[in-house]
Order: sequence, then C-alpha cells, then structure tokens
Amino acid sequence: MRIGAPREYAKGEGRVAMTPESAAQLQKLGHSCAVESGAGLTAGFTDESYRAAGVEVVPTAEALWAGADVIVKVRPPVEAEVDRLSAGKTLISFFYPAQNKDLLERCRATGATVVAMDMVPRISRAQKMDALSSMANIAGYRAVIEAGANFGRFFTGQVTAAGKVPPAKVLVIGAGVAGLAAIGAATALGAVVYAFDVRPEVAEQIESMGAEFVYLDFASEQQDGAATGGYAAPSSPEFREAQLKKFRELAPDMDIVVTTALIPGRDAPKLWLADMVAAMKPGSVIVDLAAERGGNCELTVADEKIVSPNGVTVVGYTDFPSRMASQSSSLYSTNIRHMLSDLTPAKDGRIVHNMEDDVIRGATVAFEGAVTYPPPPPKVQAIAAQKPKEKARELTAEEKRAAEVAAFRRQTRSQLTLLVGGTLVVLAIGAVAPASFMAHLIVFALACFVGFQVIWNVSHALHTPLMAVTNAISGIIVLGALLQIGSSSWLVVVLAALAVLIASINIVGGFLVTRRMLAMFQKS
Amino acid sequence: MSLGIVSAAYIAAAILFILSLGGLSGQESAKRAVWYGIAGMALAIVATVFGPGSGHLWLVLLMFAVAAVIGQQVASRVQMTEMPQLVAALHSFVGLAAVLIGFNAHLEYQAVLAMEPAAREALTGFAGVLAHKTGVEIGILKVEVFLGVFIGAVTFTGSVVAFGKLAGKVDGKAKKLPGGHMLNAGAAILSLLLLILYVNGAGFWALGLMTLLAFFIGYHLIMGIGGADMPVVVSMLNSYSGWAAAAIGFTLGNDLLIVTGALVGSSGAILSYIMCKAMNRSFVSVILGGFGATSTGPAAAIEGEQVAIDADGVAAALNDADSVIIVPGYGMAVAQAQQSVSELTRRLRAKGKTVRFAIHPVAGRLPGHMNVLLAEAKVPYDIVLEMDEINEDFPETDVAIVIGSNDIVNPAAQDDPNSPIAGMPVLEVWKARHVFVSKRGQGAGYSGIENPLFYKDNTRMFYGDAKASLDSLLPKIA
Repeated sequence: MRIGAPREYAKGEGRVAMTPESAAQLQKLGHSCAVESGAGLTAGFTDESYRAAGVEVVPTAEALWAGADVIVKVRPPVEAEVDRLSAGKTLISFFYPAQNKDLLERCRATGATVVAMDMVPRISRAQKMDALSSMANIAGYRAVIEAGANFGRFFTGQVTAAGKVPPAKVLVIGAGVAGLAAIGAATALGAVVYAFDVRPEVAEQIESMGAEFVYLDFASEQQDGAATGGYAAPSSPEFREAQLKKFRELAPDMDIVVTTALIPGRDAPKLWLADMVAAMKPGSVIVDLAAERGGNCELTVADEKIVSPNGVTVVGYTDFPSRMASQSSSLYSTNIRHMLSDLTPAKDGRIVHNMEDDVIRGATVAFEGAVTYPPPPPKVQAIAAQKPKEKARELTAEEKRAAEVAAFRRQTRSQLTLLVGGTLVVLAIGAVAPASFMAHLIVFALACFVGFQVIWNVSHALHTPLMAVTNAISGIIVLGALLQIGSSSWLVVVLAALAVLIASINIVGGFLVTRRMLAMFQKS
Repeated sequence: MSLGIVSAAYIAAAILFILSLGGLSGQESAKRAVWYGIAGMALAIVATVFGPGSGHLWLVLLMFAVAAVIGQQVASRVQMTEMPQLVAALHSFVGLAAVLIGFNAHLEYQAVLAMEPAAREALTGFAGVLAHKTGVEIGILKVEVFLGVFIGAVTFTGSVVAFGKLAGKVDGKAKKLPGGHMLNAGAAILSLLLLILYVNGAGFWALGLMTLLAFFIGYHLIMGIGGADMPVVVSMLNSYSGWAAAAIGFTLGNDLLIVTGALVGSSGAILSYIMCKAMNRSFVSVILGGFGATSTGPAAAIEGEQVAIDADGVAAALNDADSVIIVPGYGMAVAQAQQSVSELTRRLRAKGKTVRFAIHPVAGRLPGHMNVLLAEAKVPYDIVLEMDEINEDFPETDVAIVIGSNDIVNPAAQDDPNSPIAGMPVLEVWKARHVFVSKRGQGAGYSGIENPLFYKDNTRMFYGDAKASLDSLLPKIA
C-alpha cells in the first residue's frame, strides 16, 4: 500500500503525520511512502531528508491524495480534502467524530474508511498508538514552559549574593497525562508543585512525580476512575463547592496555575473563577490547557494571552503541541506508525482492517460506506476496578498484649502436647523393647534434636553446599559395610565390598564438590 | 584397636560432623567446616577398618582407591549447573548401599542361625553381635533391617528418577501410571504385610519382594512430581538417605551411623520444609504431585500485551539507573548465563551503580542453586540477598532484571486468589520502575501458569537466549 502524508494547511498547525524516521519503519512493513512537498518544513524535516529515507516527495496535494491508498494527517480533513477521498482510501487523522457529525457524514458518503486517532480505546495494548496521550504529554510540558516565559521570576529557590529567591509555587489542576507532564516539568525546574484531581487513586502518581496531592475534606464522594475508562466524570454540586473552597484558599499563594481538567464529551468545567484570579499576586500566570473547550478559568480567551486587571497573565493557547512541532510530529508519527503496523498484521504491505479487533474497531469511525461511530464498548475493561482497600485496624496496647498472651498460650499448649505425646510413645516402646535398643533410641532422638537446632542456622545461600556435605557424610553408611566385610560368607563379602565402593564414591565426591563450591564464594 | 578406642573415635567423629553442619551458617566458617567433616569421616573410617569386626583389608583398600578416583573425577568435572543431578545421583548411592547392607545383615543372621551354639560363642564382629541377641532383639533387628532396606530402596529408585529428570534424560513432566497414588498406597500396604510375615519367620523372599515394591514406589512417586518441585524432591531424598543410614545404624547397633543418619535426615527434612514454605504448599501436596489442587475457579484473565525491547533499550535504561536488582532463575542455569550476568554486574558496579541479586528460595532446581552459580561466576556473595531481605527494596529500585525465572516473580500469587500459586511468596519485581524480563520466547513457563508480570506497563520483554541477550547487552554498557 502507498501511504501519503499531505501538508497541514490549518492555520498555526506545524505538525506533520509522517517523519523520515517513521517512514523508514513503515517501509519495513512493506508499504511505500509519499509526502507532499514542504509538509515537514514547519516541523524541521526537509524534503531532502524525506528523500534520503526513501520517501517520494510529491509536488502537489492533489497528486498526493490521488496516488495514496492511505492518507495520514494530523488535523481533521477540510472540505477540499474530503472531496479527494474515495472508496478504497483510508484516512487516518484526529477526527473528533462527536463534534464533527457533518464532516463524518460527508466522509462516509465518499465510501472511504476513516480511522480517528482520538478514538483509540484506552487499553494497555493500545497505549503505543494513543496519540491523545502523547500530545497531552507535550502540552503539559509546554504549558510549564509558556508559564515560565510569562513569569517574571525563577522557578527554583536560590540563595545568592544578591538576595534570597523563594521557589515558585505551582498548582496543577487535573492529573491526567498533561497534568502529570506539567508536574514533571515544573518540579524539574525546581518549583514547589501542588496538584489536584477528583480521582483519589491518582494521588500516588502525583506523589511519584514529586508533587504534593491537595486533599479535600470531603469524605462521601470518591470517584472511581475505573468506571469511566480512566477519565474524570462530572462531580456533584457539593463536591464542586468543596473543591472551589480549597482553590480559593490556595489562590493567594500560587504563582503559577496550570489547569488541565477535561471531562470527555462536555465543556471544560469552570474551576478557576474570576475571584480566584483576582486573589492572585500580580505577575502570576495561569495556563489553561482546556481553552479549546471553553477553558477551566473564567477569564480564558481561546488562542490568546490576556492580562487580568490585577496583572495576572492568562494563557489560553490551544496549539501547545504545534508549538513544539518537531517533537510532537515525531511522537504522533510513531503513534500512526503503530496503528498501521496493527493494520498490517502480516508485515506484507497489505492492510487488513480487522473490525473484530477492539482497538481498530474503536478507532474506526467510517468503514465501507457506513458510519461506525460510536463503537460498542471494548471487550476488555480498560482498568481493573479498584478494590476497596481494607485498612488494617490499629491494635490497641491491650489487644496487642492479649494477642501475645494468646499466642504464647497456644505455643505452650502445642509444645506440651508434643512433649507428652512423644513421652508416651517412647514409654510404649520402652515397655517392650530391650535396653540395648533404648540406648540407641536415646542417641537417635538426641541427634535429631541437635540436627534440627544446627540446620536452622544454616544460611540460605549455602543450601546447596549443605546438601553436598550432608550427602558426603551420609556416606558414613560405609561403616556398616566395613563391619560386614569381614564375614566368612563370600556373598556377604561381595555385597559389602560393593557397598563400600559406592558409599566411598559418595564420601569423596561429596566432600570435594563441597570444597569446590565453598571456595567460589567470595566477598566483594 | 580396642572397642573403647573405636567408641572414642566415634564420639569425636559425631562432634566433628555436628560442627561441620553448624559451620555452614556463614560463608567464611563454611570453608573450615568442610575440613571438620572430612576429619570426622577419616577418623570414623580408620577406627572402623582397624577396629574389631572388620577384615579383608586388601579388598577394602582396593575399593577405597577405586572410589577415590571415581569420586575425584566426578567432583572435579561436574559443572555447577549440573549440581542438582550430581546431588541426586549421590543420594541414589546411599540408598543402594543401604539396601546392600540390609541384605547382608539378613544373610549374616541366617548364617549365624545355621551354626552350632559353640561356634556362635567364638564369633566376633557383626556376626558376634548377632549371635548374642535375644528373642525380642531379633524381632526388632528384623524390623530394622526391613525398614533400612525399604527406605534405601525408595531412595535409590527415587534418586535415579530425579537424576534422570534433572539431567533431562527423563521427561520432566509429572507422569503417573493409571491408578495414581492408589498404586503407591497398595505397594506400601503390601510391604507392611510382608514385614509382618518377615518378622514371623518368612525367608529372604519377603525381603526381596518388598525391595522390588519399594523400588517401584520410589520410581512412581518421583515420576509423578513435576520439574518445578524438584527442590523439594531433592531435599526430601536427602532426608531419606539420612534416615536409611540411621535405620542401618540401628540394625548394626552402631551409634555413629545413627547420629549421622539423624543429622542428615533432619537436615533434609528442614530443607524440604523451607522449600515448601517458599512455595506456600504443604509437603503432602508436593509429594502427591501436580499443581492446581487448590484452585477453586478460573484464573483471572490477563489483559494487555507483551512489549518487546532490544538490547539498546535495556542498555539505555541500565545506564540511567542508579539501583539495579537482578532476579535469576532456572533459565539462567539452562543458558549457562552466569558468567555474562557476572560481567554485567561488574560493569554496572564499576559505574558506581548499586547492583544486587534477589534469590527466591525455590529458584533453580536445588536449594541454594542460584547462590552457587553466582559464586562460580565470581559474584560477591554480600550482594546476593534472600527474598525477605530485598523484597521491600523493589519500589526504590530503578531497574529489575528477571533472567529466566517465571513463577517466583508472578504477581498472580498475590493478586489472584484463583491462581494455582495463590499465596506463594514471590519477589515483587513489578514494583520497580522498569522491569526487563529475559526470556526465550512468549508463552507460559514450566508450570504452565500465565504470568501477568509480562503484561504490565513497566515490563519490557527482552526475548532471546539469556546468554546471547546479555552478551549483546554488555558492549553497550560502557
């Protein structure tokens, strides 16, 4: 199949869906690649670099669309591009089918297959093609960089000859992929980072990134992210109130606020209200990653940077990934490449659109002239349901004491039972057995006892040498043979000699191999 | 040499054996401990050979010489990866010797019975001991002979089968004849009947038939146990070989044999106990063979995908890591990869990284097998740690490398109550930041249990032969 990547004509879009590197991988799958001239320029990939990777550079968009079987893009297609689709062609791009119903209908009418990269289900197998996550990761990072560019001070605290600089305080709202990336970038720059999320199970992830989780005093509502495929769900009014109260409390202290809160299929929740902006110090920065969907901050204006009356900068850009076009292109093109490798199971350049596959089914929104959106729920759950965690009850001192006493009693009882039982058995044997046997039995019992005491102290690492050495000393059985070899019966002598032979092999072999092993143990 | 001196020598030998085992509590004292064992053995043998009751000195010396040559050859040639086979083979020798000595005891007794009373008085040595036994003592003697031969015979065939399985000469899968354990139970009951007959005067046929039955029990018992349970089997046979020696000691009225047999027997019993505990299984369930006896429902389905990685990726992660824990398993022994592991460790340590080894008690086919292999490859023993010592450190570890182990790092043991290995203590490698699993290919391991670890997000599969994979990794760690 021929895979083509056109230039993105949307305003401000710098990304490209195929890089020379991903093209090389696609060719290994048996596909041939083409790219529209100049498509990679904004992302830092020249036409020459594509040619060097074996990609054909096509001068016009028309020629590219006409010649390719699979078109890979970043943005949803525009009118002119839809017209170039036809039955048998496959389009892979971001599509947002929920918001673009009309566009989807028009694409369907062409008979082309459309794979929406934003519809890849959130299951572990599909992580490698989860373009939303890879773009969110970049957005989170870039949000902190943008905040830094607009923030007049250091992130990290310093004590210099020219005075002491306190560290910047950063609050990240929403600890999805973007939020976690923002936390990582901000802590790496040295800021003190706080983070909030409605899903309590992400507290651990937040703390692992080096931020402090902002806890709410709100007991009843605990969202379980597992029920919603790992995304946040709308919260109750009471919870929202508690949340806003906490933010109001934090607002005067925070230098930088990064908001990333999104609920799938809805407008972004308003979490950072005008009064909180007003409470912040002049010079503070708010970066709203939800600007495209109305913004988490009340003052946000999409695609613009504004300054509030009290001097707080509110950044509402919606093109963070595109601002790092080279990085985002290389990640996005890798996501695309993984999608294509799943579509090419035999690696023979033939696309097999397996609608039984959860991932492919989920991402496909138009297939052979039919709209296939929304997909049925995936067969496997994205995330295992959270098990309710049972907290170990703190034992009081008395309870501990009681437990210890009970354990001691139990031990005493079992030991006594054993002793009494053992004594009775020995007595029973002693009643019938002669004295000579009892003398041996005493020796035997004591030896077992000594053996148990001694062996418990053997270090685990020396268990193999222990086996070898016990092997060697169990060759002591040779004594039995030696005592019999003096017999007058030739049969006994022969059998005894044989026993001496094999038992002695045991002794010699066992000791020598033990020595060999022990000599190998060395201290560093 | 008088009987008194021989007894004194025996006391000294018994103490030396105890010291020898006790010395194994630490790597350094262990080196001295072997010498105690050797000295004790030499003392006991010399005292016996030159003491009353022995004879045919030239024959004894000839046998010693032959045995010394064979033993020396075996001990110096054996590969450390073949230790389990060697240990099993040596157990079978003890078992066979016990059988032979038991037969001898029977023959001697018959010979003594056939003599005139006057001639009996003149007997010395073992025959003399026999001649002076009373009625009850003869009864006990017969039980002792019978038991010694029985345990010895089970040990013999059991060890031979274990040797075959460990050496790969016999298929390692658990196999049972139709009838399963009923056959074993039947054979054991029949042996008990034969014992009663034997004590009541039946001849050699009873002893011989029982020996055949015991041979069968040993064979069938061990055939029914799978390869992954071999650590328990080998330590159990170790224990049996000790009990066989003790039983022979009773027969011959020799206290040193009794003491030593009891020491070895309890040692093997404790090892079996430790191994069973490490697999969270009861001794009986291991001996009766087969996993899955405790499974109460379908195991949880595993979701996700095994993600492969190449040497470059592993090397990059290792170069970035500060702390590394390596978890070796039987696969490392099979691939003979211990030298490569050691070289990797050396290079990582030279770069100032913390490298440690986590050893599960049942890793490998013999208790402590991994420790010996790593020691052979000159990995210092103070960075080789037990499960309990290191399990808590995984969350602070950057990279965990799993080399050829499977069940001992299976998170299902903790998460999935329906897993056949539920409740078994495992190394919590998945808590490390990155986990690399060196494995020959996809698919479940020896026990056939799926391992969810391979599907975890922080796990990457480093496919290929362990040695080849590590060797391709080494040049990249610079």
